[in-house]
Amino acid sequence: MSSSLLEIAQRVAGWAGDGFDVEAFVAHERETEVRAYEGEVESLTAATAQGIGVRVVHQGRQGFAYAATLDDETVRETFDEALDNSRFGSIDEFAGVAEPDGVEPEPLDLYRSELAEFPTEDKVALALELERVTLAADPRVTGVESAEYADSVFESAVATSRGVAATARETGCYLAAFSLATERDDTQTGFGFSVGRHPGELSAETAGTDAAERATRLLGAAKAPSRRLTVVLDPYVTARLLGIVGATLSGEAVLKGRSLFADRMNEAVGAPSLTLVDDATDPDAFTASAIDAEGLATRRIPLITDGVLQSFLYDTYTARRAGVSSTGSAVRGGFKGTPGVGAHALSLTPGTRSQDEIVAGIDDGLLVQGVTGLHSGVNAVSGDFSVGAEGLRIRGGETAEPVREVTIASTIQRLLLDVAEVGSDLEWLPMSAAGVTLAIADVTMSGT
Amino acid sequence: MLEAELVNRTLSVAMRTGADFAEIFAEERRSSSAILDDGRVEEVVSGRDRGAGIRVVVGETTGFAHTADLTETGLAAAAGAAAAAARQSGGARRIVEVSSLDVPRPLTVRVPPEDVPKSTKVALLTAADAAARSTGSAITQVSARYGDGRRRILVADSDGLFTSDDQVRTLFSVSCVATGDTGMQTGRESAGRTAGFELFDLYDVEEMARRAAQRALTKLTARPAPSGEMPVVVGPGGGGVLFHEACGHGLEADLVAKSASVFAGRLGERVAAPMVTLIDDGTMAGEWGHYGIDDEGKPAARNVLISGGVLTDYMWDRLRARKEGRASSGNGRRQSYQHLPMVRMTNTYITNGDADPDDIVADTTHGVYVAQLGGGQVNTATGDFVFGMTEAYLIENGEITAPIREGNLIGNGPEVLTRIDALGNDFAMGSPGTCGKDGQGVPVGDGTPTLRVTALTVGGTAA
Repeated sequence: MSSSLLEIAQRVAGWAGDGFDVEAFVAHERETEVRAYEGEVESLTAATAQGIGVRVVHQGRQGFAYAATLDDETVRETFDEALDNSRFGSIDEFAGVAEPDGVEPEPLDLYRSELAEFPTEDKVALALELERVTLAADPRVTGVESAEYADSVFESAVATSRGVAATARETGCYLAAFSLATERDDTQTGFGFSVGRHPGELSAETAGTDAAERATRLLGAAKAPSRRLTVVLDPYVTARLLGIVGATLSGEAVLKGRSLFADRMNEAVGAPSLTLVDDATDPDAFTASAIDAEGLATRRIPLITDGVLQSFLYDTYTARRAGVSSTGSAVRGGFKGTPGVGAHALSLTPGTRSQDEIVAGIDDGLLVQGVTGLHSGVNAVSGDFSVGAEGLRIRGGETAEPVREVTIASTIQRLLLDVAEVGSDLEWLPMSAAGVTLAIADVTMSGT
Repeated sequence: MLEAELVNRTLSVAMRTGADFAEIFAEERRSSSAILDDGRVEEVVSGRDRGAGIRVVVGETTGFAHTADLTETGLAAAAGAAAAAARQSGGARRIVEVSSLDVPRPLTVRVPPEDVPKSTKVALLTAADAAARSTGSAITQVSARYGDGRRRILVADSDGLFTSDDQVRTLFSVSCVATGDTGMQTGRESAGRTAGFELFDLYDVEEMARRAAQRALTKLTARPAPSGEMPVVVGPGGGGVLFHEACGHGLEADLVAKSASVFAGRLGERVAAPMVTLIDDGTMAGEWGHYGIDDEGKPAARNVLISGGVLTDYMWDRLRARKEGRASSGNGRRQSYQHLPMVRMTNTYITNGDADPDDIVADTTHGVYVAQLGGGQVNTATGDFVFGMTEAYLIENGEITAPIREGNLIGNGPEVLTRIDALGNDFAMGSPGTCGKDGQGVPVGDGTPTLRVTALTVGGTAA
């Protein structure tokens, strides 16, 4: 399959002509999703999707078009449309498609035939087991809002008229449970998941018990009085925070005057315990990939080392404009979009102590299990940071009463500088960042 | 898009192994967009997408498959896959007969975007860029986006339904960065309607750009937002997001049926202050959440959800309604043919009260005035919700005073509904939004008059 996708991409890239370059990205994805509810299959979706995105750069002007079918006529029309669109773009001397940069992609093996061959009835059984395990984990779990198995077999190819020709192939699957726990009049929710490259790596037990545990430990939660305290972010919450930090380090944000850290290269932007790396070549990362969205090799990029800013992320365009080399950081949401700059697989270098040990050293704090409103209360340009939070109070080194309906607030700049400790519990989650316990001092909790 | 005969044969394949219900949802989507950033028109994009999703229901189980191949072979393969997914256990063979009863609704689009030259669309972007930058040198960055989309859908099912719709939406937004001694701040303005290029008869993009720029400039002098519970006044239009999160999602019947809503089992009860009447209305022509039929073929409707503070109904899609033996309320929507439909809002709004909005502010000794909101999120099972403020001010001694920095507010839906103690007479619709649920985004509108909540927690950092 990948080879036929590459044939299409190369054929389109070959239509480049006098004064214009072409990039074609072709993708094919097969997905299954099973949802269990009350011991039955609520829904089962089996689908394949494919498409092409064509980018034309004509004398510095860029045009793009996409189509969700790969028949010859549509592909040709998509190319024509992209070429026509390029007439309306502004001239940008740095615009262009990627060319080979001599960096060999890592030989990552991200494809598991076990997934492709896994029978549908076994997928159904996994989803049903997940619901069963979640319900059985605790008598206070009164319902499972959703228990889901999902997988994907994804293949893509990208080719440019400057000689890039690359393919990628990967499998991935996960189990996700959302539980409802009830005690007297109080209802709380919790989630749990398990991820893998093939179903043999999944654990319904882990996902189900995590979902039950997260919901039941919040039972009886109440709003708390406002105060400043140390927050301990659960690994999942840290991963979401890293996603925001990654956006501020994109070369595009830097060049366009939208990065908090634009003028801070080689300065201390975080606590000395903070080392942040983007590394899509780590095969353990859920979003690992040997090539980026422009077909260049991904590589390990130290962004912040011991608190000091070391690098920004660049794709071909932003690298040219900044006078540096691409860091292999082109990302795209699929064939329907042009590539942009972004992190692939962020992680903090773990510390030496477990979450329990970190909590034991905190006199007055909040263990944050979940956050909401990251899209509505965080501004990656100004740095303002304010999110809804729920979790457990920490008193005298132990977790205490559950808390809900509060916000935690600071600024992105302060959060990085106020990092007190990074935990030892690094885990890859179904997103482009790894989770790890993270303690941050002096955060405002707003409640009553 | 598809002939009735082909639809009949495909539905027959879907029903062949015995099913309670089968449906074809075919969609053809064309879109164009143009983006300006950093003073340049960065990209002009066109896209097209077409395909069909086939749903087969057996008992409690839904099987679903989709395909981009709209030939008889492609549709039959998807129908077979959906039927297999629904795990048939035998049953009678049914022949489906749909008849073409399609009554096209009068096309409300005056200027189809596909007839407008790309250069005209691009000119809007450059005009907005220039207008934003003309407000002062503190405006250091501007981006603007134009987008239009035409979505033609056809829905046919084993109950004999065969219907279609043609939905055109046009959107424009502009975002600015202002830089000062205190760092950078942002301002955004957007306009969108279920309409064609005539959107720009109603909205002047230069005016929008100047407002976005002014918003960013104002925030350069903003103080940290306060922290803690206090009265919050939300300006006209903006409060729709608050209701969308505080109770809109909680009134979606799929969540109610799973007891994942704090509003489950509360029909007929007082759930809000007596002045609150909440309506979800997909028939509001031109509004962002408007359509002719929903994505299950049911005509859009005006549904009263809360009347005088009393909960009168939930919102329904076909599956949930069928279980309850009632009709769908026309709220079955999906992001595309690649998705299963579920219960979604359309245009959700609170009707006017009788207070003068100036009096509401004058009557507030101390609190926060939110002029523009920036989205939100809710946990329907607990009712806790957040929404962001992207333009807000302190209220001191009955007057709107200093601007404050961005942040979230947090509250609990059932509590907040009863804490509304003032509703203005200045109803307005808010900005066009994309509502996300279970990974699917759909366009929604909302609206409110000026309103006051006696206590909400403002999530800032100032004491």
